[in-house]
Amino acid sequence: MAAQEILDGLKAAVIEGEEEDAASFAEQAIDAGLKPMDIIKGAINVAMDVVGQDFEDGNAFLPELILAGDAARAALDIIVPTISADDLDGAVQGTVVIGTIFGDAHDIGKNIVSAILAAHGIKVVDLGINVPAKKYIEAALAEDAKIIAISSLITTSLPYHREVINTLTDRGEREKFFVIVGGGPVTPEWTAQIGADGYGRDARDAAVVVQELLQGLAAGEHAPLAEPITVGVLGQG
Amino acid sequence: MTTTTRFTQLLATNDVLVADGGMGTLLFERGLEVGGCPELLNVERPDIVAGIHKDYVESGADIILTNTFGGTRARLTHYDLDSRVTELNAAGADLARSVSDGAGRSVAVAGSMGPTGELFVPLGPLDSDRALELFAEQASALADSGVDILWIETMSSLDELDAAFTAASVFDLPVVTTMSFDTHGKTMMGVAPGDLASWAESKDRPPIAVGANCGIGPEDVVAAVQAIVASDSDAVPIAKANCGLPVFVEGELDYPLRPQEMRSYAESAAQSGARIIGACCGSTPRHISAIRSFVTA
Repeated sequence: MAAQEILDGLKAAVIEGEEEDAASFAEQAIDAGLKPMDIIKGAINVAMDVVGQDFEDGNAFLPELILAGDAARAALDIIVPTISADDLDGAVQGTVVIGTIFGDAHDIGKNIVSAILAAHGIKVVDLGINVPAKKYIEAALAEDAKIIAISSLITTSLPYHREVINTLTDRGEREKFFVIVGGGPVTPEWTAQIGADGYGRDARDAAVVVQELLQGLAAGEHAPLAEPITVGVLGQG
Repeated sequence: MTTTTRFTQLLATNDVLVADGGMGTLLFERGLEVGGCPELLNVERPDIVAGIHKDYVESGADIILTNTFGGTRARLTHYDLDSRVTELNAAGADLARSVSDGAGRSVAVAGSMGPTGELFVPLGPLDSDRALELFAEQASALADSGVDILWIETMSSLDELDAAFTAASVFDLPVVTTMSFDTHGKTMMGVAPGDLASWAESKDRPPIAVGANCGIGPEDVVAAVQAIVASDSDAVPIAKANCGLPVFVEGELDYPLRPQEMRSYAESAAQSGARIIGACCGSTPRHISAIRSFVTA
């Protein structure tokens, strides 16, 4: 099978949420000698963008998004271990520690963000739900992550976003980590108010924020940013 | 045939019934701590829960929903309260029952059943057997404690709704089902209001009423009512809208819609065919008073 056919097959399998097919095309792509980053960029990212756009337009819903995320993950499980250190240096890569904040047990949005970040070749460490400030920070230190991503659905969990930032500041570690926030009640205003570094309205926006932060990091920027990066406008879409 | 209860009598003798408003928002205002279990207040702070029911009854609600939205074992497990499912649901029903009994007029007690928070296969671990088991346990506690109706709400998946309905239908009580159409007019799982109406019609013993709750705000809830009526002209539609999406005003979270705006929403909902009108997140007894003033006028 020609390289492009394999990539097209992988893209279609991810869009359709066919986990086994996605894994099989990923193996074929590696066997055919395609570069891991080319497979990720040329098939998986494109596929997730298609599904993300369909979701935004109201042509796809959560099931399609989750199944596509699962298929992308299955393919990435095969592709990522083959990435060489040289490739890693050449690509914008990084680790994100993510979790639903303390006081909140909703994990669907956080799971979607995880899937989409993973589909963009970013290592995601998922801490689950009801995550206290300290746990984010310790995991970020242990994993050498540069970004802490906080998810919320219920409004009453919002004050704990600030606690993550305050705890980092108190420990003298605020400069080590970019903190990004998102979820139903979170707004760009809130993001700026608590001094976080980024906000994405939906999962695709979150991926854009993470990529921008990683690019900034590579260019020598560090937390906290004077103004947060905000992508997506609340109330649209 | 469903047994006659306070609820069915009210429905038979009124064009429009007023349901209550949000419970969670008020629980937080009155003492629920962040990270705390709302249902635990049924035994630890019954005064707060009963006080909210009382305020809604005084503001004119014909139906009050028990503080048992997250009362399935699946949700209580998050708080290590999985051994207290029956106790917390029964306590919730008892509190609403006692407020209703002291109301001096007929007020129906609806046993609230919300989603388990788990996703159905193939998206998540929940299968229909387990879902049925979870909802049966909750429904049984509510039914045994004398609710007038089982009220399945805020659902987004038809599989989960079906499991909850099947579990609730075992009891000789009327059952209603509402979904949250918050994603381009459908639920986040892609269920349209018309799909809900068709699902209900397919049942030998359908839910007594179906409708929309929570979501983005009144507009989507009214649109859902219209779609339900278009799909089944015999439907008894329910509208229970949020007071809009919360926004930040001077650093404080605020739901934008005021009582007068919720009165206008009630008017649109009634014109669209809604027979049961209440509110959801962000609403207070003042909003329900405003809805009552329209219904009574």
